[in-house]
Amino acid sequence: MTPGDIREEIIDILESIAPDEDLSELQDAPNFRDQLELDSMDFLDIVMELRKRYRIQIPEEEYEQLASMQSTVAYLEPIMKDMAKAS
Amino acid sequence: MYDTIIIGAGMSGLAAGIRLAYYDRRVCILERHNTIGGLNSFYRLRGRDYDVGLHAVTNFTPKGEKKGPLARLLRQLRFRWDEFALAEQVGSTIAFPGVSLQFGNDFDLFRSEVHKQFPRQKDQFEKLISKIVDYDDLNQEIFDLSTRQVLAETIDDPLLIEMLLCPLMWYGNGREHDMDFGQFCIMFRSIFFEGFARPLAGVRLILKKLVRKFRGLGGELKLRSGVDKIHVQDGEAVSVVLESGEELLGRKVVSSAGWLETMRLCDDVSHVDSSQAGQLSFTESVSILDCPPRDLGVDRTIVFYNDSEKFHWQKPSGLSDVRTGVICSPNNFAYDPDDDAQAMLDGVVRITSLANHNSWSALSEQEYALEKLRCYDDVLESAVRFTPDFRNHIIDTDMFTPTTIRRYTGHDNGAVYGAPQKRLDGATHLKNLFICGTDQGFVGIIGAIVSGISVANQHLLRD
Ligand SMILES: Cc1cc2nc3c(=O)[nH]c(=O)nc-3n(C[C@H](O)[C@H](O)[C@H](O)COP(=O)(O)OP(=O)(O)OC[C@H]3O[C@@H](n4cnc5c(N)ncnc54)[C@H](O)[C@@H]3O)c2cc1C
Repeated sequence: MTPGDIREEIIDILESIAPDEDLSELQDAPNFRDQLELDSMDFLDIVMELRKRYRIQIPEEEYEQLASMQSTVAYLEPIMKDMAKAS
Repeated sequence: MYDTIIIGAGMSGLAAGIRLAYYDRRVCILERHNTIGGLNSFYRLRGRDYDVGLHAVTNFTPKGEKKGPLARLLRQLRFRWDEFALAEQVGSTIAFPGVSLQFGNDFDLFRSEVHKQFPRQKDQFEKLISKIVDYDDLNQEIFDLSTRQVLAETIDDPLLIEMLLCPLMWYGNGREHDMDFGQFCIMFRSIFFEGFARPLAGVRLILKKLVRKFRGLGGELKLRSGVDKIHVQDGEAVSVVLESGEELLGRKVVSSAGWLETMRLCDDVSHVDSSQAGQLSFTESVSILDCPPRDLGVDRTIVFYNDSEKFHWQKPSGLSDVRTGVICSPNNFAYDPDDDAQAMLDGVVRITSLANHNSWSALSEQEYALEKLRCYDDVLESAVRFTPDFRNHIIDTDMFTPTTIRRYTGHDNGAVYGAPQKRLDGATHLKNLFICGTDQGFVGIIGAIVSGISVANQHLLRD
């Protein structure tokens, strides 16, 4: 997957977590929390969705890497670059 | 072998089940009844649909609002806001002799009502509001404070104190006389800061959504499957045994049957202190009218009434106590006027009163039928002091009592809000047995759903 694919996948995960949210304006640099009002419960869901969809296990001490789109894509790129997009 | 076995297909069990099934856990919900819903079920009688426990969905926040329990549970269960089809209340009232306070889903109305009726309490009321805003859900020490004490320290008009307690105790207090301050704050937010709404189709719509989602995700639901025993070995729950004798293995068990009720199921527990059970139960008197209630001037969504200056929140000594009650009309919500189903809605007025489970359950079948009629008349006579008299327009009636509630929930004493002592962390003496729902701490429809979700997140999904 390219960084672009990974970004798309994260958007898809956010859409499933918050179906009513308009994500077209989402910016890559600021934290998700400031833009989306995700609480810690929702945050856990990003981690669990990645596990569900791609079997990616993220250790708790690395959760902070998922704070914004930019940092998430950077963190996931080496892990996901050889994976195919889930359909 | 299941990853998790859930006891009870009420709101909390279904919500926990959805979370687990969504994350691919093998999960089975076991329900004693032949239908789902628990306290919030529905039934058909003489050709009409009745809801058991739905007056209103609390915690209403509008579409687009991201904070609060409703928004959170929709996200966690992957529902769109529109799917619950919530229509807002038209307006509710707290009615005491000679003084009443109106409120709706906009907090400013309630605030201005308090300022108008209790001008000298203006600053005190604002002080209370900031205490409620500051309250932190997770602090057990503050949760356990006495609400009456906090109120007495903040507000010096006793009548205002009773008027604030009346609706909040009615909609979520399992403790007699007083209320945990945490519970008070949660209820205050859910009713006054947020508000009331209802789907036109009633509670069945929400239940159907929940169960469909659960099954769609591969969850198993077994009805007519009462759990008789939780089998314990070396400090762990290893299986549950059904009333039929069938044994099911699970790595974890979560129960919405209530704290004492769950302890009694554990085969390693020899004594359960039944005196800790909740005492507060209700009768519900349902009247079907030949016209929409508002044609008779019965135009409020909910009226919480009390016929003296002091509000008595306690188990009645006789069968029922009709000095206080809740009058609700499911017709009085702002439904979509284009929805044809609205025209089909019968006129309904439901009135809840306090009742004593032991007195009701001691009656013979004949006495029970007779007392129901007598109680129904008393309830209406009391209630029409606080709402226009609709009694000439009644075409059908039904009533349920604490024994009905006991049958639907399995709770000791038919205690609607469970035991007074809540178990906020959901943990038990066994490392893989947890409780959710009423006795974990959250009550009501939204509360029960949030409870199921948080127990699943905290204890069942972290491995
Ligand atoms: C008259 C009335 C009006 C109400 N009005 C409202 C309202 O307007 N708004 C609101 O938000 N709330 C209302 N409530 C409260 C609301 O119904 C409850 O708080 C909520 O439904 C509790 O859900 P729960 O999942 O915790 O428990 P329950 O609904 O009690 O679910 C527990 C389930 O477990 C099952 N069970 C128990 N023991 C066993 C066993 N051993 N084996 C298998 N299954 C078992 C029971 O059959 C039940 O289905 C009302 C309640 C009443 C009585």
